[in-house]
Formats: sequence, structure tokens, C-alpha cells
Amino acid sequence: MSDNEWPLYEVFIRSKSGLSHRHAGSIHAADDQMALDAARDTYTRRSEGVSIWVVRSSQIVASDPAETAAFFEPAEDKIYRHPTFYDMPDGVENL
Amino acid sequence: MNKGGALLAYVTRLGDNALVLGQRMVELVAAYPELEEELANANFALDYIGQARMFYTYAGELEGKGRGEDDFAFLRDENEFRNFLLLEQPNGHFGDSIAKLVLFEVFYLAQLEAMTKCADTRVAEIAARAEKEIRYHLRHNTQWLVRLGDGTEESHGRVQQSVDDLWRYTGEMFTADEVDTIIEKAYEGPNLESIRERWQADIEAILINATLTWPEDAWMAAGGKAGRHSEHLGYMIAEMQYLQRTHPGANW
Repeated sequence: MSDNEWPLYEVFIRSKSGLSHRHAGSIHAADDQMALDAARDTYTRRSEGVSIWVVRSSQIVASDPAETAAFFEPAEDKIYRHPTFYDMPDGVENL
Repeated sequence: MNKGGALLAYVTRLGDNALVLGQRMVELVAAYPELEEELANANFALDYIGQARMFYTYAGELEGKGRGEDDFAFLRDENEFRNFLLLEQPNGHFGDSIAKLVLFEVFYLAQLEAMTKCADTRVAEIAARAEKEIRYHLRHNTQWLVRLGDGTEESHGRVQQSVDDLWRYTGEMFTADEVDTIIEKAYEGPNLESIRERWQADIEAILINATLTWPEDAWMAAGGKAGRHSEHLGYMIAEMQYLQRTHPGANW
């Protein structure tokens, strides 16, 4: 590895049409095209995907782990927001 | 040479090109400075080895003497290999490898595209599969040639030297011999003259993009297609065939 490391990219893969892209991992690349190629060669060798997104890790705005309580806990005691009162039809996998 | 003999020679030659280039790339496995490129190179090398297997297996069937892919790869001597001289050249530095791949793959992609319309269905089928692989290789390697050529002063100078050094091995690809002619006429195979025109146009566009200069056309080396090789192939084959020669029939 050189001292000057290439920027980090996050890789998102859509495994088949109709599903959404999911985070697969990250790679280093010098530019966007190289990132796309590296993602293809690293994460789709065994037919894992039909579409790839890459984005510079530095461009991602993430929630602060220290604020987890303020961010997420208020939703937990509001059960009326959760669709838990419906029966799931058999055979529905991606809901 | 009859029609069948030409097809056998042609398919064997395609296998030789793929195997020799694939073996050169295998030599670089675990030697790349970046993990991502390491994976790309290994993937590409395996694509070539896979193509060699398909061509050799078919060659064995055409020949009808019971030889399989391993016999073609590991039990033939240097002068029986009919690969291009370009492909057996040592790896050199990263820019040399990239320049070699771009110069060859622009040709190979055009050759494979033409082969998908070949009257021999098996050749057409193998070509259709290989074409997709090479289209991606070329995309990847072209980007690298542009990055290096249009990069720093040092990378520009070094990769220009790579293109200049390898240029003399490109002429052989377009010189039709008896085999090429029979394949074109009797099997509706590739026309090397039209591939040359396309190659020149594509390479010119890539070089312009990479801010590189078209090398001066000078003396062109030839002989690989006739089994007359540079001094490098013998060493490469000796290493590649060592196991099979030392332990004939070894398996796992």
C-alpha cells in the first residue's frame, strides 16, 4: 500500500430487479470509474448483482452514534406507528 | 491445407493466445500494489484461462486423437505454440501490462465479434461468451491507459515508452496467413484487413484521449503465428509445464 491511499468508496449492490440496493462493503479507488470497476470485480464475482452504486465515503452524512437515544428511542414506544396489527399474507417475502 | 485442418489450427491458435496471455497475468497474482487491482487482474487472468480451456477442448475434438485441454496446454513444445509475439512479452511494469492488454484487446474484441458470425457454430458460441468478458476487460484497461497517459509527467513518459516498445509486435495480428484466409473464405470468419482499419481508428481515439503519441511505424516483428517465438516464451512455458512434465498425469 502506498502512503497516499486512494479515497474510500462505499458500495451498494442491487441483487435483482425489484429489490433495493444494499450496502455490500467498501473499496479504495482513485476516481469514480475505477470505483465502479473495483466494486464489480470485488463484490459481483459470483453473480451477486444486477446494478451497482458507489459513493465516496466522505460524502455520506451519517447519524451520530452518541445521539442514538434522541434519534431512535422516541419511536420505540409508539406502537401505533407499527403495522403489527395486520395479518401477513402467506408467500409475501419482500414487504 | 484443407478446411478442417485450418479450423483446427485456428482454434488451437486462439487457445494459445488466451493461455499465454493468461499465464503472463497469473505471474502477477499477489504482486499488485492495490487489492482492488489485484482482484481485477486475477479475474481477468481466469477469464483467459477459461477461454483457453474452451478452445483447447474443441481443438481436441476436431483433431480426434483423444487429446484433451491439458495435452494442448502442458504437453506441447514451444514451437508448437502459435500465439502472437506480443502476448509472450514479459510483464515489465504496470504500464507495460496495461499497454499490452489494450493493444491486444482492441484487436481481440473485433476478432471475437466477427467470430460470432462464423459458420462453425461452436466457434461462434465460444466467441459470444468470450466477447462479453473482453468487452469489460477493455473498458477497464482503456481507463487505465488514459489515467496513466493523462496522469503525471512520469506516468505519461513511462506508458508512452511502453506503447512504443510493444508497437513492433502489433503488425503480426493483421497479417493473414493461409489459416486466416481459409477461415475467412470457408467459414465466414474475420477479415483481418477490416479489423486492422477498426483497430487503427480505435487505438488512435484511445491514444488521443490518453494524450499519447501514435508511435512511428517501423519494422514489425512476426513469427508467433508460425511457431517462431522470442526468447521469452520458452522460460514461461517451462515454468507453466513443470508439474505436468515432472509428474505426468498428475491430478487432484
